[in-house]
Amino acid sequence: MRRRLAIASLTRRRARSLLAVLGVAVSGALLLDMVMLAGGMRDSFRQLLLVRGFQLRVAPKGTLPFDTQATIGQASEITATLRTNPDIVVVSPILGLKLHALKSNVTTVAIGMDGSVQADYELLSGSPVGARDRIVANQAFLDAAHTRVGDTIDVVAGYDTQLRTYTGRRRMAIVGLGRFFYTAAGESVIAVPLATLQAMGGPATADRVSLFMAKVRDGVDPDAVRQWIEQKLPRVSALSTGSALQQFDQRMGYFRQLAVILGSISLGVGFLLVTTLVTVSVNERIGEIAVMRAIGVSRHHVVEQIVLEGVALALAGTILGMGLGLITARAFNAILADFPGLPAAFQFFVFRPRDAYAAMSMLAAAGVLAGIYPAWRAASLPVADTLHGEAIA
Amino acid sequence: MTIAIATPSPRPLLKSELLSARTLVRDYPVGGEIVRAVRGIDLAVTAGEYVAIVGPSGCGKSTLLNLLGAIDRPTSGTVSIRALDVGAMTDTQATLFRLHNIGFVFQRFYLMPTLSARENVELPMAEAGVRNAERASRAHELLEYVGLADRERHRPTQLSGGEQQRVAIARALANRPALLLADEPTGELDAHTGAEIIELFGRLNAKGTTIIVVTHDEDLAAAAARVIHMRDGRIIADEARRRA
Repeated sequence: MRRRLAIASLTRRRARSLLAVLGVAVSGALLLDMVMLAGGMRDSFRQLLLVRGFQLRVAPKGTLPFDTQATIGQASEITATLRTNPDIVVVSPILGLKLHALKSNVTTVAIGMDGSVQADYELLSGSPVGARDRIVANQAFLDAAHTRVGDTIDVVAGYDTQLRTYTGRRRMAIVGLGRFFYTAAGESVIAVPLATLQAMGGPATADRVSLFMAKVRDGVDPDAVRQWIEQKLPRVSALSTGSALQQFDQRMGYFRQLAVILGSISLGVGFLLVTTLVTVSVNERIGEIAVMRAIGVSRHHVVEQIVLEGVALALAGTILGMGLGLITARAFNAILADFPGLPAAFQFFVFRPRDAYAAMSMLAAAGVLAGIYPAWRAASLPVADTLHGEAIA
Repeated sequence: MTIAIATPSPRPLLKSELLSARTLVRDYPVGGEIVRAVRGIDLAVTAGEYVAIVGPSGCGKSTLLNLLGAIDRPTSGTVSIRALDVGAMTDTQATLFRLHNIGFVFQRFYLMPTLSARENVELPMAEAGVRNAERASRAHELLEYVGLADRERHRPTQLSGGEQQRVAIARALANRPALLLADEPTGELDAHTGAEIIELFGRLNAKGTTIIVVTHDEDLAAAAARVIHMRDGRIIADEARRRA
């Protein structure tokens, strides 16, 4: 009967209850988005780092991978040293360079890599980077250069103004279409065999790489290997997934703070909405409530009924808000996919069931708390005085 | 029905005495002053009596009824129902006592607008823990008794004032109370529907229900076997009448 009364009280003023539910839904959606943002970016970054299972990045001393133009010399020697460690199972040297496609006049990021290790991209069709001049391109490059898999293109690394000739000119065959993990949205990228790219860059890139990616054996602590690398190779900085996440936390911490603040505000707004609506509803019904008390309905049951009203509003709003939150998160992700300097695959809002549970629990708790004040007011009504006041009114 | 406390009555209980009030006083603070609404009332009502309390507005009739019905506490004095001092009960005990022993009928009906007539009648029974089937059957019986068997699914807004008051009376009788208290039950009704309510009260009393009614309605007062006249918080006359 109490549940029936609680629901009946809410359906009595349908438009008002519906608006309150929508209000709670909006605040629930924002809360879910903020919870997704607070934990999602970190998760997304972690997934991105581990997408190919490489737990270690080795960059020039004092830099982060691809944070500067700095490169590491004597790359083959370092590769050999890294391979001496039995805990390291795969080493992938990477060189980043800008190349220019001549006919189409497109400047592209070129990533030089070991053809046998696809550390930076996923092959969607065709063949992987292989022999000297066989490259893999992403869709953005194919679109910009008006080419397709199977075409041959002329690319250069630079232009010598004195000799008035292109430097590092090569004719390359596009043998595959790939999706690159670490490039920004719409950025043209091609994967080129490392030796080819080093040669195209001339003396500045001879036996040099931008970073090494390394995979350690299962069960081995990547941080132990990281320490070994830094000890063995003082010219480099090694970064494990764990330490990268620490740096990420330091750099992106303000996003988390913002998410926590906005999430708290949305929770507060939801709480106030429910409190206001239930309080207004109780104020309208004080005569009825006083009569319920007069005919023998206990304080406890009055409280229960009114708290139920708050919870019902909060739950209905929460369920609607979860759907709304997922839709808005997708829309935000689409907008933020163009965020400068961040890989397109990086997601700001990542849905995890525990986030939904957390947001739902917080809103449900807010619903219970929101019902407590009006419930306490209703249960504390002096029955005789209230009936007297109602009779006069 | 059991109540945890059992305060002795201030004097030996007369045979079949249901209710007694002794030197009952009720003060209200109004604008920094104390207004005495009930001034030392002594009253005894035996089981099966039909009592009307009459008097001018503001003379303390409703306040007295609230005190007798355990929804208000006296400033001093005692109210005993079935030898239990209801003024000494905690709020929880008084609520439980009202649920099982007292039925209330109000001037403005105060039915739950979102519930049907039958659900309104079931409400006190649900609170008392009566099972669904039993309370549905009793609610039907009661609505039949007040002449609304065909209206049990109607909401209060779909009923006339007289019908609403009859539903309120059925609700008041739901838990078979020893005492029925009514505050201006015909106050919002026209003469014809008021007469229906008076007739219903007469039938109930004839079946043994003890009724105390506060009223300005002369016809309703005339239907009572005993009329208590109040003025300025005091009983100025207490007369037994022959039924009209």
